[in-house]
Order: sequence, then structure tokens, then C-alpha cells
Amino acid sequence: MDNDKIDKIIDKYPSDPSSLIQVLLEIQSENRWLPKEALKRVSEKLNVPLNRIQHIITFYKAFSVVPKGRHEIHVCTGTACHVRGAPRLLDTIQDLTGLKPGETDEDLRFSLETVNCVGCCALGPVIVVDGEYHGKMAPAKSEDVLKNYE
Amino acid sequence: MPRINSASELEAFRKDILSKRDPKKPCISVCTGTGCLALGAAKVVAALKEEINKQGLENKVGVVDVKETGCPGFCERGPIIVIHPEEICYLQVQPGDAEEIVSQTILAKKVIDRLLYAVPGVDEKITRESEIPFYKNQMRNLIGNNIKIDPKKLDDYLAVGGYSALVKALFQNTPEQVVELVKHSNLRGRGGAGFPAGRKWEFARNNPDEPKYVIVNADEGDPGAFMDRALLEGNPFSVLEGLTIGAYAIGSHEGYFYVRQEYPLAVENITLAIKQAEEYGFLGKNILGSGFDFHVKVHRGAGAFVCGEETSLLASLEGKAGEPRSRPPYPAVKGLRGKPTNINNVETWANIPLIINKGADYLASIGTGGSKGTKIFSLVGKVNNTGLVEVPMGITLRDIIYKVGGGVSGGKKFKAVQTGGPSGGCIPEEHLDIKVDFDELAKVGAIMGSGGMIVMDEDTCMVDVARYFLNFLSGESCGKCTPCREGIRQMLKILTNISEGKGKEGDIELLEDLAEATRDASLCALGGSAPNPVRSTIRYFRDEYEAHIRDKRCPAFVCKNLISYHIDPAKCQACMICLRKCPAEAITGGKKQIHVIDQEKCTKCGTCFEVCPPRFHAVKRLSGEPVPPPIPEEARILARESKQT
Repeated sequence: MDNDKIDKIIDKYPSDPSSLIQVLLEIQSENRWLPKEALKRVSEKLNVPLNRIQHIITFYKAFSVVPKGRHEIHVCTGTACHVRGAPRLLDTIQDLTGLKPGETDEDLRFSLETVNCVGCCALGPVIVVDGEYHGKMAPAKSEDVLKNYE
Repeated sequence: MPRINSASELEAFRKDILSKRDPKKPCISVCTGTGCLALGAAKVVAALKEEINKQGLENKVGVVDVKETGCPGFCERGPIIVIHPEEICYLQVQPGDAEEIVSQTILAKKVIDRLLYAVPGVDEKITRESEIPFYKNQMRNLIGNNIKIDPKKLDDYLAVGGYSALVKALFQNTPEQVVELVKHSNLRGRGGAGFPAGRKWEFARNNPDEPKYVIVNADEGDPGAFMDRALLEGNPFSVLEGLTIGAYAIGSHEGYFYVRQEYPLAVENITLAIKQAEEYGFLGKNILGSGFDFHVKVHRGAGAFVCGEETSLLASLEGKAGEPRSRPPYPAVKGLRGKPTNINNVETWANIPLIINKGADYLASIGTGGSKGTKIFSLVGKVNNTGLVEVPMGITLRDIIYKVGGGVSGGKKFKAVQTGGPSGGCIPEEHLDIKVDFDELAKVGAIMGSGGMIVMDEDTCMVDVARYFLNFLSGESCGKCTPCREGIRQMLKILTNISEGKGKEGDIELLEDLAEATRDASLCALGGSAPNPVRSTIRYFRDEYEAHIRDKRCPAFVCKNLISYHIDPAKCQACMICLRKCPAEAITGGKKQIHVIDQEKCTKCGTCFEVCPPRFHAVKRLSGEPVPPPIPEEARILARESKQT
């Protein structure tokens, strides 16, 4: 991500430390992770020390400091999905991808995350892959769903 | 759009909108809330529009409109469409139904039977939305308009009487009178704690310090709860109107929506609503010519449950890590940037226009002695009618679960209902007849919370539920204060041990001690209420804890380390279904060879149990007893002929 792009995002917000989270969110959504160079630029422009930025990005879950895979799998582990079997579903997906939540595989195919609730409780258990919802999931269906994402 | 500069201009404008709308003209409202979208609502909208185009009806006057609306609540049967003015409700609509809907229902005025709600157990269909039992037993003051308005069009909100409350507040009441009205209505905060909203407003109003801030807390973090999202997505204007009235009453000129970024559609709709309100003159300088100025901004949360706590939310708004601080001073005294601040939940703000329009006495006439008005719940879990429900306070839990929710799904036995999210508790069958009210729920060890209501059946393990919530909370505890950080961690450790069969005598008592210490010594409500799931499950389901600890048995067959799957050789028909479906390839057998599960390879995912045809019912779950040894190889050959004789 080049400095011009980062500056454009920063310029949308008031140039003070209170804009930090909003700026980082936008860089995250555009670039899908936060490279160190981007953080340095934000630090200079908003006048926030880099170690405070580190604090923020480790505190909030929306941020990632490592590159994400081509496909992001979000397994909903909200309460409604939990009682409908999300833990067994998550186990199966972990076995299939070889990933634990928060990890990305070496060839950058999948990143696996859990989410607390995507709010489609009627469809539980739900997984969301690249924003696409797959409802009423079962461990036996996981392989068929994942093989559509190369 | 020219700005509206006075109350009379607004009324003239409203008249103009209504005069251009023919109330008899059919309008197909399609729910495009997150739930229905996930079920393919966007494709249904596209198919309907294409069909209307194909039949050459697009530009014909008075034939049909298509409206994309927010969530009416019946998520279980999405995608949902409602055709006005007849209020015909079609459920589980697919793009392939579009042709028939247009040619049959719109043009030939015929109802399509197969898309209607079928009453379970009897041969009866229901046409009108409001007569479906799910809706009939609700009181939809706040979400009732969701299906009538396009949340991206302020004109739609004005057409249903929107912003008449703001006019009434600005031109017929002093700020003090508005505060009095809210106090008189006895509206209590819908975010969870239930503090009287009017009193909170009064504290902020009476503080002489300037400037003052008003904030909408839309950091709806409870897993399994989506009430606020539905309001922001479906009717953002009602929340914005409530906030504007509150700002006028408190004397604030700057407001914020703090919305979690996991709700992209809510962020989009509220941002657009603010922009439109600014253009129309409902926000900005000199609102409706009253002399009152008010500006609003949207701030996205970045994924931290604790930011729903108001002091954490304020830290986050200032661009810092969302760590709470001790109260007092309360935000009304020292809030955002050290200035007086009033924070209310989305649903609380949405109640304000109602109080102004219908009067404080109206709200006070609904509900129980201590809890007034309606409450929105997201009714989820093992229930037939999953969805969003709005009911009057004082309704019984039983009525919500059985009359509105249609009972427990899959013919299973009810075990408990969990209210209040991770800070709440599990309520067993024996208390289902209590009235839903802030104080009554607290008496049985649960809380009202923000409105999550999760139904649990006999297949839900209560130790696992407690472990689930503690696991959630240990990840969300900000770590600032020791009792919360360490208390939750230790309770989780014990619960994990119990669920893995490593529990020992004394664990329950130790949990109770830890729960008490964590509750009393934590800095904010997250830690203070974190022990609730543990306390309430021990209180009502102690026998389940004891079964795990003493008999190494999970009565609900959930805790993986304590269960095994076994194929009953007497019942197995060697149909190969489980063998093929097993993701771990742990099942051996053949076409005429009885299947056997390799216990070493089995990951206990339960697939075999789910796929075994009910007429065979050969896969068994075992807990607290050893798995029978596999039968000898020669006995595994299935002799089908002999079975027939």
C-alpha cells in the first residue's frame, strides 16, 4: 500500500489522535492487513507514537498485522450457533484446513477466524466465506463448501 | 431537496409525499435485512424487478412498486415478502416464484397458497402478516414500521408520520418538559442495566459544563443478539429522531453513533440517514427554523465486546484502547473528552419519538410496575420460529417461547432459556411463568440484558454453556483489573477440566467462591456480571455438574472427552451412508459388512449419528459407560435374507 493511498484515507478524518481507530479500520478494509510501513505513516501524520498504535491494533480484533489468505472463513461461534453444533463444525473445518482460528495457510489460500455472532441465528450454524453466507451447516457439508474456493 | 425550514413546511411536504402515493397501489416489500439477504433476498428482488419489466408493468401508473425494507423479524422463514395494502405475507420466497407473484397476486389478485404460512399440525393457511401467530402475539411499536419503509429513503419515514415527534418537542415543549416526559414514562435503558433514561438525561442537563454530548450505543456485542442491528438497518431514522430530541432536551449540539464494524449494513444505513436528515434540515444548524443546532457523526467500533460498557466506549471514541474506568464520575459528569455526556442504547433512543407522539402515559400504561413499554428480543437457538420479536413487558417467558416462538424445535424437550448474553443466566422450566421484567428476571438469577434470548433443549449441556460464556468473556476481558482477568481465567480452567472429565470433588464450591469474588471486586460490569452464567447453571443444573465430575458423564452428550459414538451391530444395515460421510474416515465396513467405528480415529463430530437413517437408528451415543468391544470379523457379514423371515 503506497503512501498516497494512506494519505488519502487519513485526510478524510480530522488530523488528530482521536481519528486513529477510524483510519486504521479503513486501511485494514482496503488492504486487508496493516503493514508496518502503513502504521509508520499513520503515526507520523496523526502524531501518535507507534507503540500506542501497536496497543490499539492488538487490543481490537478487527486488525491484522499479517497478510490474509485469498479466502477468509468466518465460523460463527455465537450462542445460537454454539447450541446448534458450531464447535463440532469448527473442529471439522480446522481438520480440513489444518488451521486454527487466527491462522493463514502457507500458500495463502485460507484464513480461518471465529466470529462472535453474525446475526443470522435462524441459519445457525453459519459460516461466512468471503462475505458469502452458508447456513444450516454440518460437519459433513464443510468439505463440499470449501472446495468451491481455490 | 430544499431544506425544510419550519413545522408548517414539513407538514406541507408530508402532504405532498402522501398525495403522490396511491394507498391502493400494490407494493411488494421484500425484507433485505442481513438474515434474509443471507438466504438470497437480493436475488428475489432482482427477479421481481425483472419480471415486472418483462411484463411491461414498470412504467404503468398504479400497478406495482417493489420496496427493499429492513427486518420484520420472522428470520426463520426468510426471504420474506409482504404485499401491501392487503398485507399478504409470503415466506421462503425464491427467485423462481417471481413470475407467479406478479402475474397471479399482483395482476389477477389471487393468493398463492404454497407461499403462505401453514399452521403446524392442521390444514390451515394464513394470508395476512398480522394474523400469523408469530406476529399476532407481539406488540410491534418499534419494529412494526420496518416492513413499510425503505431505510434508505427519508420520504418513506415521513410518509409513516416520521419527525412529527421532533416538531412536537421543538415547538410545543421546553427542553425541561421533554426531560419530564421521559422521566414520567418510566422508560428504563434497554442496553442491559435498566437505569431510568429520564433521570440520566436530567443529570446531564443539569450539569453546567459545556459542551455536552449525546451518544447512541450500538456496539451490540452479545452473541446471539441482533435487536439494535435490525433497528439501525430497518428504521435508522427513528433512532436518529430520538437522538435529536434527546440532544434538544439535554442541551447538546454534537452526537455520535458508535456502531460495531461487524454490522456493515447498519453503518451504511445510518450514515445515509444522517446525510439525508442534514439535507432536509432535520440536522445541522437551525433545525426546522427552531434555532436549535445539532450535528451527528458515525464512529465504527473495531471489535471489542467491552466497548459496549460506557466508559470503554468513551475511551474508544477518543481513539484509545477501550478500557473501562471506575465510576463515579459517571459520564453525565465527566464523559467524552471530560465533558457531560449522555449515552443510551439504540432501542432506548427509538422509544423517544413514541413517548413524545403518544404521550408518557401511553408508554407507562404498557408493562409491569417497574418495567414499562415494549422490549425487543432476538429469540434464537433451539426454537421453531427464530427471529426478532417485540413484546410488552410483563409477558411470560412461556408465551414468548411457545406462542410467539412456536416451541422447541425438532420435537425436543425444553431445558432452559438463556437471557442477557454473557452477563445473563439460564432459566429452567420451573420459572417459565415469570413475567419478563427487569426485576423479575434478576430474581431468578438472570438479567434482561439487551435482549438476547437463547432457547436450549435436552441436547444442550449446561456445563458446556457456562464454559462457552466464560471462554467468550476471557477473550473479551480487557485485562485491566485483576479480579476480572484472573477470576474468569480460573473459572474457565475449572469448567474446562470438568467438561474434559478431569473435574474433582470441591470444584463446584471453588467455582462458587471464585464467582462471588469476581462479581464483587471487578472494575466494570463485564467482570461484575461474568459469573452469572456459572452461578445460574450451578443453581439450577447442579446435577449436570455432578454427573460430569463423579460419573464422568455428559448427560446431554456434548462434552467430547466424555462421549463416544458406537454402531449397534444388531441394528446396522450396512447401508454405507455413515461410512461415506465420516470426515475422519473412522468407519470401516462394506456393503454387506456391519460398520464399526475406530474409536482411535473418531473425532466425535457426530456426523454418523446425524446421517444414520432414523428407521435404522443404529448409531448410539454413549457417555459414562465403556464402548462395547467390536464384534468378531465373521459376525460382521450381514445376512439380509435371514432378517426377512
